[in-house]
Amino acid sequence: MVPLSWYIILSSVMFSIGVFGFLTRRNLLIIFISIELMLNSVNISFVAFSHYLQSMRGQIMVFFVITVAAAEAAIGLAILIAYYKNNPTIRVDEINLLKG
Amino acid sequence: MLKYTLIPLLPFISFIINILFGRNYIKDKAHWIAVPAVAGSFVLAVSAFFDVLGGHDVNINLYSWIASGDFTVSVGLLIDQLSAIMLIVVTSIGTLIFIYSIGYMHGDGGYYRFFAYLSLFVFSMLMLVMGNNFLVMYFGWEAVGLCSYFLIGFWFHKKSAGDAGKKAFIVNRFGDFGFGLGVILIYLTFGSLEYMQVFDKAGSIAGQTINLLGYDVSLVTLICLLLFCGAVGKSAQIPLHVWLPDAMEGPTPVSALIHAATMVTAGVFMVARCNPLFSMSPVAMNTVAVIGGLTAIFAATIALVQNDIKRVIAYSTVSQLGYMFLALGVGAYSAGIFHLYTHAYFKALLFLGSGSVIHALHHAGHHDEQNMQKMGGLKKHMPITYKVFVLATLSITGIPFFSGFFSKDEILWRAYLGGDLGKFLWFLGALAALLTAFYSWRLIFLTFHGTFRGTHEQEHHIHESPPVITVPLMFLAFGAVFAGYVGVPPIFLKHGDKIGEFLAPVLGHPAGHGTHAEEIFVILVSIAVAVGGWLIAYKMYIKSTELPQKMENRFQWIHKVLFNKYYIDELYSKTLIHPVLKASDKIILGFDTYVIEGIVNGVPNLIGAFSRKFREIQTGMLSNYALVMAIGAVCIVGIWIFLK
Amino acid sequence: MTTSQIFFGYFATVMTVLSLLVVTRKNPVHSVLWMLVLFIHMAALYLFLNAEFLAAIQMIVYAGAILVLFLFVVMMINLNKEETMPKFNSQWPVGLGIGIILAGFLVSIAGKITVLPELGKYSIEAVRAEGSMMTVGKVLYTEYLLPFEIASIVLLVAIIGAVVLAKKRIE
Repeated sequence: MVPLSWYIILSSVMFSIGVFGFLTRRNLLIIFISIELMLNSVNISFVAFSHYLQSMRGQIMVFFVITVAAAEAAIGLAILIAYYKNNPTIRVDEINLLKG
Repeated sequence: MLKYTLIPLLPFISFIINILFGRNYIKDKAHWIAVPAVAGSFVLAVSAFFDVLGGHDVNINLYSWIASGDFTVSVGLLIDQLSAIMLIVVTSIGTLIFIYSIGYMHGDGGYYRFFAYLSLFVFSMLMLVMGNNFLVMYFGWEAVGLCSYFLIGFWFHKKSAGDAGKKAFIVNRFGDFGFGLGVILIYLTFGSLEYMQVFDKAGSIAGQTINLLGYDVSLVTLICLLLFCGAVGKSAQIPLHVWLPDAMEGPTPVSALIHAATMVTAGVFMVARCNPLFSMSPVAMNTVAVIGGLTAIFAATIALVQNDIKRVIAYSTVSQLGYMFLALGVGAYSAGIFHLYTHAYFKALLFLGSGSVIHALHHAGHHDEQNMQKMGGLKKHMPITYKVFVLATLSITGIPFFSGFFSKDEILWRAYLGGDLGKFLWFLGALAALLTAFYSWRLIFLTFHGTFRGTHEQEHHIHESPPVITVPLMFLAFGAVFAGYVGVPPIFLKHGDKIGEFLAPVLGHPAGHGTHAEEIFVILVSIAVAVGGWLIAYKMYIKSTELPQKMENRFQWIHKVLFNKYYIDELYSKTLIHPVLKASDKIILGFDTYVIEGIVNGVPNLIGAFSRKFREIQTGMLSNYALVMAIGAVCIVGIWIFLK
Repeated sequence: MTTSQIFFGYFATVMTVLSLLVVTRKNPVHSVLWMLVLFIHMAALYLFLNAEFLAAIQMIVYAGAILVLFLFVVMMINLNKEETMPKFNSQWPVGLGIGIILAGFLVSIAGKITVLPELGKYSIEAVRAEGSMMTVGKVLYTEYLLPFEIASIVLLVAIIGAVVLAKKRIE
């Protein structure tokens, strides 16, 4: 039998890799993919808890996470395209309209 | 319970609706909301009155307003004999004046605003009289002052109106400051603000003193004098009377409702409400009585020579308020309230009548529409107004068997019984009654008798006011004549003093007994001065009309002093307003340049300097922000782990 | 070491490596493809955890729809210029440190999860008796009906938002 903590460790490691990718990559697309990676790592822990607690709530939560992830990807990519039409770049370090 | 809550709530709802939707939607239909609301209040007030008559006093707490430690104040309603009478006065006169305003304010640009403010005023006034603790009264007290300010300055584009509003507000501040201190002192002393608890404990502080600036002052006297400060301001007694005559810049229905019938009597109501406290302090009582008596005669002398029709009535109001305080001061609380009640009707009638005259003259193209010297002979043009005016005047001058006679006579009789000081006050009162009779008839003769002193063109255009104005006048005339029959002195009718008996549970029975002979003497003197005043006025303004001019030339000095209202305004201007303005000019110059400017410019400069540094951390780079966020998240997780 | 532990060891290793590949590839197309492989492994892991329906959803929605969306976007964007740039930005050492510290913290917490609350009624046998899909459906349409409806609104907003945003140039 696999202990619950193994799943949690796997989930944590994948989440941290996602965070690393999100913080360090220049390519906006890969940043999006990193977000998806983080969401998925969380899903693993949800499903694992659901299994070990014999509850359905974890699985239901995963549905909602997938829904939100889909919506987020659609909107995010739409914004990316809209931005790309104006400024042909997807490098985040060239996108600094927030600069004070 | 809902019934009693609705009494103040209906006008408040009308205020909310009119102020929110008046400008764009309701416009000139504002009265369709305001009049039913106040009429509804009136019906409920009558019903509440009969409840009280049947022995059902109401004392309910609606909700807890402030609860902080031991200090709790509820918004609560108290309807007993005293507030029931006030409710009737406020709502009945309010209803008539609302109806009157439909005609009087017709076509005014601020029509909806007028009804909104009037409704707010009625709400505030009802809260003032219905509250069951001092804080609710204080709320109403300030709120009526605010409404008064709004309504005096209703025609704010006229500078004099705006100035008068400010003056009323600022002068009242002096009084209200004292009143506020009084309320605080009551809380400190009794640990409560509810009337019932305070009055129950009132006996326990008899003889207690408080050290004030090195002098030992009787605690209850101090409380009463502070409260009386508020009454002096609100009810326009010496030396804070200066605002009331100027308040006549407001529309006439406002003068009638606020500055004659209701708001200005709040001080009288308050002193009567606090009678358990006042009765314990002879010093405070004497102060009240003397200030009242002096004001009565002082204002009456000014009224003798004024030419503005509304100002004459305004000074008459000040004088009559003096009477009420005189009554309170000699311990005849019910007589004071009785006079408040009868005065409300005949004074509202006088004001509305003068409003009717002003309205008619204004529409006739008269430019100096409030100057009595430019009127005359209006009797044949405005028969209804003339008749109601005469009835009101008969009442105010105390001609027997009109309502003013009963209440004024009661006050004079009670004053007469009040010892040496009382005799002196009675003399003042009787003299003031003589003056009252004179200037009231002078007003009638100048306005309605003789020949018109304007142009023919104008005279041709003068018409009686429309029914929406004259009908309320007739109702009020009915009140002015018959309202007094609830308080017929026992000498005429056994058990005639219904109102005194009705109020006795709250206000007690006045002390002092006199013989029948004395009472008849007092009554005869009252009648004599009333008739005497009429005779003198008749002699001077009908028979030999050149006499006033002669006397003016003969006693030029006196006339000048009276005409300029004893130069009180000038005195205040020289001693208070001018130095304050000058000093504040100086202060502003220095303070403004260095302190305010320093702060105003310094703060942005400082922020600018900081932000020039700090904006550099705003790189605009998404990854930087994300990094900071991630560091924060890691720190939170770390703290959580290490604290575990 | 039981069979299931060996399988888990395999999946865990492969998934960690795949995650690293996803975030370190220069070409986004490669990243997306490694992501696809990762999702397949994840679906298998869900099967391990008795979540058959979720495994199917993972394949259909994530691998089938979302990743394809990413691929479309990659195609629409000219990546030639990006190829010449360094993949990581200047703060990458800090980012790496944060990632490692976070992983360390989370792993240290994971070891502490020992006390489990009361078990629910959805034991493996109960779920098998009814079928994974039916169980999920029952809970989703009864207990979680309102969130479910709200999720549908979120999706609707996303559809409209995506259409509006991608329609034309923003002035």
